[in-house]
Amino acid sequence: MTRSRTAFAAILAKDLRGELRTLQSLPAMALFAVTTFVVFRFGLDRTSLSGSLASGVLWATLLFAALLGVNRLFVAEREEGGFDAIRLAPIDRSALFAAKATALLVYLLALELVVVPVFAIFFLDSAAALGPLVAVLLLADLGLAATGTLISSMAVHSRARDLLGPLVLLPLVVPLMIAATGASEPLLAAGGPGYHRFGTWLAVLCLYDLVFLLVGYAVFDFLLED
Amino acid sequence: MRRSDRAKRMYGKGLRQLSIATVVALAASLSLVFFYAPLDADQGFIQKIFYLHVPLAITALVGFVGGGVFAVLHLRSGDRRWDAWSYVSIHMSVIFGVAVLITGSIWAKASWGHWWVWDEPTLVSFLIVFLMYATYYPFRYAIEDPERQGRYASVFAIVAGAFVPLNFMAVRLAQSLVHPRVFATTNGGLPGSMMLTFLACLAAVALLWVTLVKLELTTKSASGQLKRLRRALDAPAPGGGSRIAPEVS
Repeated sequence: MTRSRTAFAAILAKDLRGELRTLQSLPAMALFAVTTFVVFRFGLDRTSLSGSLASGVLWATLLFAALLGVNRLFVAEREEGGFDAIRLAPIDRSALFAAKATALLVYLLALELVVVPVFAIFFLDSAAALGPLVAVLLLADLGLAATGTLISSMAVHSRARDLLGPLVLLPLVVPLMIAATGASEPLLAAGGPGYHRFGTWLAVLCLYDLVFLLVGYAVFDFLLED
Repeated sequence: MRRSDRAKRMYGKGLRQLSIATVVALAASLSLVFFYAPLDADQGFIQKIFYLHVPLAITALVGFVGGGVFAVLHLRSGDRRWDAWSYVSIHMSVIFGVAVLITGSIWAKASWGHWWVWDEPTLVSFLIVFLMYATYYPFRYAIEDPERQGRYASVFAIVAGAFVPLNFMAVRLAQSLVHPRVFATTNGGLPGSMMLTFLACLAAVALLWVTLVKLELTTKSASGQLKRLRRALDAPAPGGGSRIAPEVS
């Protein structure tokens, strides 16, 4: 138990340090997201957004930016022999899943820390919705981290890894997006934040997170066998 | 040749009888649809597509979930045969899924005047599930090592199997609560003669699915044997396996 906790901490620290030194994923994700907002501003021809349009633009942008990070998640492991090292090490393989999912979660949170305020400045009339939105963002990120890690670890072993990750992940996160946009829509409504069915959607997000964290934990061993 | 006998016994046995039973069941249930079941008071003749559309959808969904169950068996036992079962189940269900979407579209056009309606949660959920499973093929194609391909495909089938109920729940919740249910397809609302016809159709379509799965497995097993025999006769060709489909032994 303590050994896998050490392994978890070591892998996570390695990932975060690697990202801090190379800055391979995060700046690209943030830049992509901000540019996407600009594209939406002209695509929709709106200077301010509220309700379903606001939540749709926010979540579509966050999702596609997250896909960039998901694609890069296991590239170093694959290219520089990290998978072999993990296989050789006498540790529980689930530690890799937990560490990678946590790393992805940290990336997503860091991304949102930058991008959501930019979204608010660009499109929203007031920042009142941002407080309760944090809960939705947290739960949705957890689900994205679980499914993203799972799919990315498989896609990286394929011939078409950059194509395959987004292709498989996109339909898989549709329920997550339904719940996240459902919860955000009344929050971002024009007349101040509303809480219509907020609890229901948070419960759906929790269920999604729980199911895919458990599935990921259960099947991840089979992905590293060789 | 004992090996091929065993394989034949495993997949080919009973295929002829099963095919005959399927043809009889399909003919019988279709004649029930057209000559026995009453015309629907509201929708008239077009409602009869219900007897095809709903059984196809139920069979496809059960097949998807069955693919997940076979995948669990594959991962637990390491037996490649379960991987073949899982692959063929999902494959057949995707084909049935195309038929579900087409029949659903025809029904929607006839009763609401649009080829696609976003208000019908079951249809929308089915579309998302179908899109999910459609990525099974490129996913499988892209992994070259056959052993790894089987394992990853099984993981995919399990993940997607868990995704099916979650997706149905999320889509249903996304309908606003005031929206009325347009169909009374809950079986309690059906008169007895319609119910009987529906059950006959469900049995026939399920039989069709089983027959096609069995046929596909038999074909794969035969071509696998052929390949093995060729390899034994000629110089063995390295790495010449089928790229997408699992080989059946």
